[in-house]
Amino acid sequence: MNPPKTATAETMVTGGTEELISGSEAIAHACRLADVDVITAYPIRPYDTVMQYVSQMISNGDFDCEFIVAESEHSQFEIVKHASAVGARVFVGSSGVGWFYAFEALAVTAGLRIPMVAMVGNRALDDPGAFGVEHNDALAVRDLGWMLVWVETAQEALDTALIAYRVAEDKRIFLPIAISCDGAFLTHSQAIVNVPDQATVDSFLPRYDRGDKLLHPDNPITIAPQANEDWVMEIRRQSDAAMRRTRDVITEAYEDFGDKFGREQEPFIERYMMEDAEIALVGMGTLALPVKVAVRKMRAQGQKVGFVRVRWFRPFPTEELQDVLSGVAAVGVIDRDYSFGSTFHSGVLANELRSALYPVENRPKIISFIAGLGGREVNTDNVIVIAGMVADAAAGGDMNDQDTYWIGVRE
Amino acid sequence: MSTGSVEVVYRGIFQKTLAKNICRGVVFAAKKEGKIGTAFGRYSDSPERNGIPAKQFAVVSDTHDELQEHLARYEPDNNDVTIACDDTLCKGIESWAWYGLQPINKLLKKGGTLLVTSFQSPNKLINFIHRKGEPYNLALIRAQASFSGLWVYKDDHTDARLLGALAKVAPHIVGIDAICEVIEEQWKDDLKVISARKSFDATKSQPVSAEQGNEEVPFSFEKPGWKTMEEGLVIRGISAEKQVVAGRDGGYVPTRNATFKKYSTRTMRPVINFDTCTKCTLCWLNCPDTCFDITPDGLYDANMDACCGCGVCEAVCPVADCVTMVNEEAFDDNASQWEMWVKDKKGYETWMTEKISDQPARTHGFHHVGQYAEEATNESA
Repeated sequence: MNPPKTATAETMVTGGTEELISGSEAIAHACRLADVDVITAYPIRPYDTVMQYVSQMISNGDFDCEFIVAESEHSQFEIVKHASAVGARVFVGSSGVGWFYAFEALAVTAGLRIPMVAMVGNRALDDPGAFGVEHNDALAVRDLGWMLVWVETAQEALDTALIAYRVAEDKRIFLPIAISCDGAFLTHSQAIVNVPDQATVDSFLPRYDRGDKLLHPDNPITIAPQANEDWVMEIRRQSDAAMRRTRDVITEAYEDFGDKFGREQEPFIERYMMEDAEIALVGMGTLALPVKVAVRKMRAQGQKVGFVRVRWFRPFPTEELQDVLSGVAAVGVIDRDYSFGSTFHSGVLANELRSALYPVENRPKIISFIAGLGGREVNTDNVIVIAGMVADAAAGGDMNDQDTYWIGVRE
Repeated sequence: MSTGSVEVVYRGIFQKTLAKNICRGVVFAAKKEGKIGTAFGRYSDSPERNGIPAKQFAVVSDTHDELQEHLARYEPDNNDVTIACDDTLCKGIESWAWYGLQPINKLLKKGGTLLVTSFQSPNKLINFIHRKGEPYNLALIRAQASFSGLWVYKDDHTDARLLGALAKVAPHIVGIDAICEVIEEQWKDDLKVISARKSFDATKSQPVSAEQGNEEVPFSFEKPGWKTMEEGLVIRGISAEKQVVAGRDGGYVPTRNATFKKYSTRTMRPVINFDTCTKCTLCWLNCPDTCFDITPDGLYDANMDACCGCGVCEAVCPVADCVTMVNEEAFDDNASQWEMWVKDKKGYETWMTEKISDQPARTHGFHHVGQYAEEATNESA
């Protein structure tokens, strides 16, 4: 796999403008470009910044949509669920415990095969009422039929949101997608972003068409009846089949996106300096920023270390991870989440990866690290310490791959 | 190959747009010079509280790889320039999520420049600023603190003037030509460009030695580890018993939170005329921060470790000249006014008269329709 092209003036196929915007504002631009019909909102940090930018665009006359401020997150997600059933393209989002307040609506959205696109501004769960990033909020729906994707930059947030509509609304799929944006480091940090022009977006993203599943008087149907033990397993198996089909649809969407927008990237994971890597680090979201810097520093000193950034957590990129990690001696998984009482008391990503690599011959040692909880900064020095511990495991040292190491916690 | 960063320290809400304009201006100007940059706020400061010290940052690099090292940071250190948008911030800053007093020059790198909007003399400010232990430079622009509200912006060119001054003290981050181009593009206002250029021409910095400044050790405390912190998110209540104050018999001084002082929020403080006080209790009752100590003789003494400077006491006091809000810059310490008064009543009267003559426009936001126009008229007069 070739390294992804970075967006520069030379590689830009399209027009568009360059703007200094945050990850949240990038998501708002994606909503405008996707011509979303219905957006619901309920304030919670850091997701609320998307609300601010969307309402600004509407009041400036740049964007026309139904913008409904609900009385709670549960209603917020219920309203867009129904709007989507009658044929509206929808956008919604939340953070932390706000996302959890909508949990019943989140479960039925996936069960009903509603192609909703949501943004989760990742935030630590209360209590304590902290604002900083943790991934447990979005990860909580990992078993329900939601597709989950994590992004690293504001540009990737905008691009992924456009791709998300194309994937979710594909008739082979009809499942919701949550785009995770790390609170603060992405939602509140401004970078120069290429905001594509409308014509290019229109050439990439078809209109939302529910076909004969449209809830409309001219098309009398019932959605969401009561069903019991003689029906439920078949319904679940259908969702499972749809989720299995997402791999191909996502791959197609990324290929077409690369052609149309000139920004090519590998769909499911990003491989960073992995070609001859002997040890690898794995993580999601903005954690990639300090890790990439640390990897370059360690490479400059001759250490063969690489990094794999997991973009899509659902569908889990099992094949890609088996491919990229089967040759390395040891892997350090840095989780910005926790799973209390889980196998080896590890993070969610670490245990998912252990499962994915179990059938692989020459499977590497997998060491689990917990870091950066509640928005605590993970700096390059932390990453270099982690890589040192992974290198020690690779060399047969006394690192325990059946335990979990907390980095940056005060003893 | 280099990276430069600017830390903008400002008063929450009142100067939010000012700080944002400066940081965005830096990134846009750097882009004109072929560099790449990012602008972001210190996340824990938001949602902002009125007047509480907050920060935004602009980081500029020659290359994407260099910039990456400075992304996903909470609070960059080793900044080339620290801008204090209000000179009372020179006394130190404590954000509502920061536990301890941070000297204004703490995150400034050795040899960097502290740029302050002030009408005070440099030496007066140096007396407020904590000793850095490393040499740095101080530059002032003569400007109002430009306080405004959440929904209004007082466009008095302080943003353009700070950007112009920044180009003078740190031309390696952004040059004045790029700054002027950006101001022209963003605001489409020739007068703002002229303001930036004038400020560039007028700005001079002076060296501050490692040993100069306030000797006081800034308040700080040790955060507990996971093994020592009480489990279950329990915070023990503060004892209702009164605090024992040496030399005081009688009165009531409540025990206060020892780890969150809040006083760096203050840009004004109440000065009390104890001779005219009728002991009506209204200041003590209405103070949102319980900052009044009851003295043994039944008077009310505003405790300067606890006062946020909100001005409620002045507003509720029924006596014409008993409580007066005064510019915080006029004070060098947080000592008790009542103790000063008890010791030397004549001397206190002289001191008080001098202090209450210093009441510049430092209003907390906008209180009534037409206030903006009134202030603009006063300032131009």
